[in-house]
Amino acid sequence: MFDPYFLLALLEGTVTAAILALTAVGLSLVFGVMRVVNVAHGEFLMLGAVVAWYVATFVPGPPLMTWAAALVIAPLVVGGVAALADRLVLRRLNYEAEGTIVATIGLMYILQQAVLTGFGPGARAVEPPFDWMIDTPWFGYSGYKLAVVGLAALVLGAVWLFMTRSRAGLVMRATQIDRDMARAFGINVDRVYALVFALGAGLAALAAVLLVPVQQAHYLMGHDPMLMAFTVVIIGGLGSVRGTLIAALLIGLSDGVISFYWSPLLAKILATLFVALVLVFRPQGLFGERA
Amino acid sequence: MSQSVIHRRSLLAGLAAGGAALALPARFASAQSAAPIKLGFQLHRTGIGAAYGRWYERTAQAALKRLNDAGGINGRPVEILFEDDGTDPKRGSEVVEKLATQAKCDLIFGPLFSHVVIGSAPRAGELKIPYLVCSEGFHVASGALNRWAMQPGISDVRAQCTSVAPFVTQNLGKKVTLIFPDYAFGHDHRDYFSAAVKAQGGEVVGMVAIPPSETSFTRYFPRIPRETEVIYHVMIGPAVLTFVKELGQFYGKRARPEIFGFIDSLEAVDLNSPGLEFLEGTHFWEGHCRNLQADATEHEKAYRAAVGVDDNGASVSDARDVSTYGHMFSVWETLSVIRQGMEAAGYQGVADRQKFVEAVEAMTGWEESADHPQGRKVFNGRTHQVFAEQAISRVEGGKLIRVHKTAIEDSFYPDAVDYTTQSF
Repeated sequence: MFDPYFLLALLEGTVTAAILALTAVGLSLVFGVMRVVNVAHGEFLMLGAVVAWYVATFVPGPPLMTWAAALVIAPLVVGGVAALADRLVLRRLNYEAEGTIVATIGLMYILQQAVLTGFGPGARAVEPPFDWMIDTPWFGYSGYKLAVVGLAALVLGAVWLFMTRSRAGLVMRATQIDRDMARAFGINVDRVYALVFALGAGLAALAAVLLVPVQQAHYLMGHDPMLMAFTVVIIGGLGSVRGTLIAALLIGLSDGVISFYWSPLLAKILATLFVALVLVFRPQGLFGERA
Repeated sequence: MSQSVIHRRSLLAGLAAGGAALALPARFASAQSAAPIKLGFQLHRTGIGAAYGRWYERTAQAALKRLNDAGGINGRPVEILFEDDGTDPKRGSEVVEKLATQAKCDLIFGPLFSHVVIGSAPRAGELKIPYLVCSEGFHVASGALNRWAMQPGISDVRAQCTSVAPFVTQNLGKKVTLIFPDYAFGHDHRDYFSAAVKAQGGEVVGMVAIPPSETSFTRYFPRIPRETEVIYHVMIGPAVLTFVKELGQFYGKRARPEIFGFIDSLEAVDLNSPGLEFLEGTHFWEGHCRNLQADATEHEKAYRAAVGVDDNGASVSDARDVSTYGHMFSVWETLSVIRQGMEAAGYQGVADRQKFVEAVEAMTGWEESADHPQGRKVFNGRTHQVFAEQAISRVEGGKLIRVHKTAIEDSFYPDAVDYTTQSF
């Protein structure tokens, strides 16, 4: 029997997967190239949403225009903040694993409290760029959410092209494979690291601009996406972009379907259980390479 | 509490004020004469309750100004120390401790979120400091807390559910689906609205529990059974606007059940936000009517002006800053009860905290007045809980217009506890 709500479950799951993929791919990139576990990644997303709210509020023009402006401005601002954090903090720690984890935890609190101080504790809504509704005989669905999926796919495609086809991507991959050798070939590793950290944060900010018309900007909103992104990245294999995308699709869709037929809590429990199983039986992740 | 004690205390107060306090040890002289009465306010300034916190603080400031302009309490000025609990139960109990032991407040009031209240009240009991909550939860009257915890400013969820249920079943439909946050406060709605609907010959056909930290809601809505005639929703936290919007999107232009919500689902949210058009014609419970009603009393108008709220329930200085009008009167009225309780107890200092609790327990209610602008109240000293009239409003032209007012007696239920028999 056809259950129309199964379709709704798949739609919701796809939207979750799209946002998750954008968020997680930045986290994965940062780990892959820099070997930095960025605990503050969720706060970059939150910062992106806050910037999007400021742009939507203070840039004149119709919602579509301000939203498009936010798509450009938020990743740039957040990427800038990330590059600064890399320069001032991570580089001084020489990207040492334990040190950077603690430092990014600190960064998480700094960003959260800074936003709390400046932006305030309230949740603030950003209007969606367009009000297009899809009306099926069984339920209504926001057309904007579907646009989110399309845009996320475009951005992810661009990231993939950038990494595989561009010179900058080549340099990043070279640094990922062997940092010392890359340096020996005259690559400015410091600059690559700053760029990668900014790119990762910028992708989170981009995800935030897509998300904020659906969810509202709030200083605590970074926590859940951060946990979910780690789930995805661990399952997919830290550092593997392909694995991240597949894991995001897997987690997003199963979250949608399990949430519908059982409960969202069960979906989270199963995802966490899956992470544990992956860590026990395939620590490098489904698509990661053995360290 | 014996009358002679009160007399001796008021006499002392008079003597102290008259300068005879010089005869007392210096420390007491300063504490008992002109020193301000210090009230601790446990405030949800940050965290998921921040929208309430912002307005609870403004309401408290306005009520405090009025109180001090009228001469304070027992001839002494009053000050309020606001301390943020982050809407977090663990921090809540720390805030209680800090206000009681470090700041040496005379009492603590103001918290709203039920998980914070339930997490903080035991510490207040241990420290033997009066703890007056503005929380709505049934946890005070259920007997779950202790003799130091009281709720004299706002009625509890059980009373609210009981009194509005007949309106819902008689006017909107008998097959109800409940959507509620999955924690203490939401469970009160689940338990007592279900019971009240059954008592009215209705039926609860669906229950949708949503974690209070949830940010995405569409996936919960398919669990609303198709036979549902009325959706009863109550939601809290920063994502309430998303919740209501997604409910509207889910039904789109198709026929939908009637909708009855608690204003909690839209506190601090502009009813005219894009995406909320579908709410036109739906009903809301309100503790206090957000939009100024045609029959508003003078006291109501004065209260609204004092707090700085316009006729639409938003800040007079920023029309986008919508208040938590349905709940925040409880802060104003609680401060009124504090004044009356301290005056009745001849309150002088922390040694009189127990007398203060006993004085409030002896109260039976208050008339509609400048002290109680929301309306008449009946106070049950045994359960430490106040009872009030409830408003049911309908959204008409983007405004909440009251269509029904329940009688206080509609909200009564048998006592579940007698705190006055418990030791301090």
